[in-house]
Amino acid sequence: MSVTRPHLALEVDGAGAHPAAGHAGPAGDIAALTARVTTAEAAGFALVTIADAALPPPGGPARVEAGVRASFLSRRTQRIGLAPTLHVTVTEPFHLATQLASLDHASLGRAGWVVGADHSAAVYATVGLPRLDGAALRQELADGIDVARQLWDSWEDDAIIRDRVTSRFLDADRVHHVNFTGERFSVVGPLITPRPPQGQLVVLGADTLGVTGRLDVALVAAPTVDEVADRARQARTDGAPLVFADLDVLLGADRLAALDAVAPWGPAQRLRHTGSAEDLRDLLERLAGLVDGVRLHPAELHVDLPRLATGLGRRPVTGPTLRDTLGLHRPANRFATAG
Amino acid sequence: MSPRLHLGVFFTGVGPQLVWTDPAFSTHTHIDTFVATAQTLERGLFDAFFLGEGLRVRENRGRVHDLDVAGRPDAITQLAALAAVTERIGLVATQNTTYNFPADLARRLASLDAVSGGRAGWNIVTTDNAWTGENFRRGGWLPHERRYERAGAFVETAKALWGGTAVDRHDDLISVTAPPTVPARPVLFQAGDSAGGRDLAARHADVVFSANTDYDKAVAYAADLRRRLAGYGRSADSLRILPGAAVVLGDTPAQAAEKAAWIQREQVTGPRALAFLEQYWGKDLSGYDPDGPLPDIEPAEGELDPSRGTIAIEHRTGKAERIAGWRALAAERKLSIRDLVVEVTPQHSTFVGTPGQIADEWTRYVRDRAVDGFNILPQLLPGTIEDIVDKLVPELQDRGVYRTAYEGTTLRDHLDLPA
Ligand SMILES: Cc1cc2nc3c(=O)[nH]c(=O)nc-3n(C[C@H](O)[C@H](O)[C@H](O)COP(=O)(O)O)c2cc1C
Repeated sequence: MSVTRPHLALEVDGAGAHPAAGHAGPAGDIAALTARVTTAEAAGFALVTIADAALPPPGGPARVEAGVRASFLSRRTQRIGLAPTLHVTVTEPFHLATQLASLDHASLGRAGWVVGADHSAAVYATVGLPRLDGAALRQELADGIDVARQLWDSWEDDAIIRDRVTSRFLDADRVHHVNFTGERFSVVGPLITPRPPQGQLVVLGADTLGVTGRLDVALVAAPTVDEVADRARQARTDGAPLVFADLDVLLGADRLAALDAVAPWGPAQRLRHTGSAEDLRDLLERLAGLVDGVRLHPAELHVDLPRLATGLGRRPVTGPTLRDTLGLHRPANRFATAG
Repeated sequence: MSPRLHLGVFFTGVGPQLVWTDPAFSTHTHIDTFVATAQTLERGLFDAFFLGEGLRVRENRGRVHDLDVAGRPDAITQLAALAAVTERIGLVATQNTTYNFPADLARRLASLDAVSGGRAGWNIVTTDNAWTGENFRRGGWLPHERRYERAGAFVETAKALWGGTAVDRHDDLISVTAPPTVPARPVLFQAGDSAGGRDLAARHADVVFSANTDYDKAVAYAADLRRRLAGYGRSADSLRILPGAAVVLGDTPAQAAEKAAWIQREQVTGPRALAFLEQYWGKDLSGYDPDGPLPDIEPAEGELDPSRGTIAIEHRTGKAERIAGWRALAAERKLSIRDLVVEVTPQHSTFVGTPGQIADEWTRYVRDRAVDGFNILPQLLPGTIEDIVDKLVPELQDRGVYRTAYEGTTLRDHLDLPA
């Protein structure tokens, strides 16, 4: 029997977590990313996350926007979940919700969203919005998630009726204005896109954002297992249905010295495993008692991912949706009228 | 080389154009429909597949308009998915310059261009209306008369970022400090028909997507645009003109005419005719017989409800005069509500005939340089697409005005645009 716990996620942006991994190849190299994600799919990962920012990493090339990458990948994969990072802070909430709903349609229900909260002065300057921090930032994130969730429900599942007798394509009573008023923006709605196949996309985000109760998956980045355990407990108390631990991984400890000679890895910000695949499996088993999933950050994607693919001993997930894979039910529609 | 016809399909996703009552109708919101459509068009060697934009679900008197197809994806997201299952066809997203951040949209368009290997296009629209703006951070912020000023600044910013130049620009219309995107060069389309729209096209666009389809209008429009191009030091050959067009094919002229009549009947149903008038009357007209005379009650005060989608500025005012004109027309020609609506609905020109007839007509258009091609607005899905690819394209190829294979790989290549 193949092992299915903890759920496994993989971060696929860039070249790897170790600073010596450098940057991803040519910026538009979608072929390399596609090869990676199909490898991850075959290796049994439940989902990939695709990090992103409006500004390139220091010294790195400009990136292809993560939602665009995810959408391209949706037609080159069959089972794996696709969760791009989109930033609430420097986007239009309505566009963000539409883009993510569209990704869920294109992938037939395999989309997730990693809530991005970039709030540096430089990133705000790209859009000319006033910079937010602290409580105001938390409120903005909460509003961004709330309005996306409302918009995803703004069409009921059976809103399209195609009723020849009355000549109505839609049932207007099943397409709703959301009339959302947040702290800094308002959105009337409805979405221009019908309800996503999953009803609600899987919303992932760091437990440090202050919006844990609004997430489906809280991501915990802490350097020790004890701290991960504490934070996971707290995230559950705060209302997150699932908790994933972030984990750096380098398979083959003998590679570390050479990489560190180029650029030292520095102290771990999240769990870190350097060693064999067998020891990794043991660690994952131990973590399975504390968290629902683990997101791996390979030191060097092009080296570690093939090793993970053979070393994890997993079969591809069966889906068909990301919610199915993660055991999350498809939520009822908040606007649904009885009968 | 003799002039060649360039073809695109404009997949609008909303409005009365698409006949959802067709028994063969493919669910226009499903990804499989998009994939099948794009792949069929690629088989037909089309230049481009376009997605329209409308960022608020249409309404009729405050209620979601329920008679037309509705529901569409985010264009760039959807086209990125299609880039993965096609190899050559251009992928064009309609995106507005009022309710987007320039650096954000430029980055997403560059991303589409990157993942598609140079097949991205951007149909630039302005969508300045405040009703749509209610879905955005700064609803209604831009005065109508400044929409093309903002569009110009926006396009200049995007071009700089694509070309490797950082932008630091702050004035009352734009505020951007951003580094370059991934290198990109999406083909720029422009669809506005006002003087401001035409001027933006002459300055920046590679292709115009116009509503001037009738032969005489098309000739006049081409002359006007070429004059404007010269004013910006651009050659007459640096811009492609692709007006919107509907096509109804039949094996015989009679069969085509019959099909066109059926489509029109399906497009202007009784409830739709009443809803169209309600938009102008601003009152509930559901008690009127669509096959009877025009409503005898007076329309509500105030101007036109903007909630039925993008309306050209000249149609947003002068409601009372328009209604008076319709009353006179209906009285003179004894038109029912439905007849009148058929008469006055702004329709994209429809070419009706056998594949040979339409190929002859289009050959004349392109040889005379009245147009460089057409952007087809499908009425039947997949019927229109399959008919054109399987029946009309071979006729055009026989006449030597349509490619028999893709020669290049980018949208710019397909359109024979200057490098
Ligand atoms: C063929 C055609 C297609 C258009 N498609 C769209 C569209 O998808 N979304 C949109 O907001 N506007 C669309 N427009 C509207 C134009 O951008 C423009 O706003 C309108 O024609 C009024 O012209 P003006 O802005 O120059 O006054 C389209 C116009 C034409 C002629």
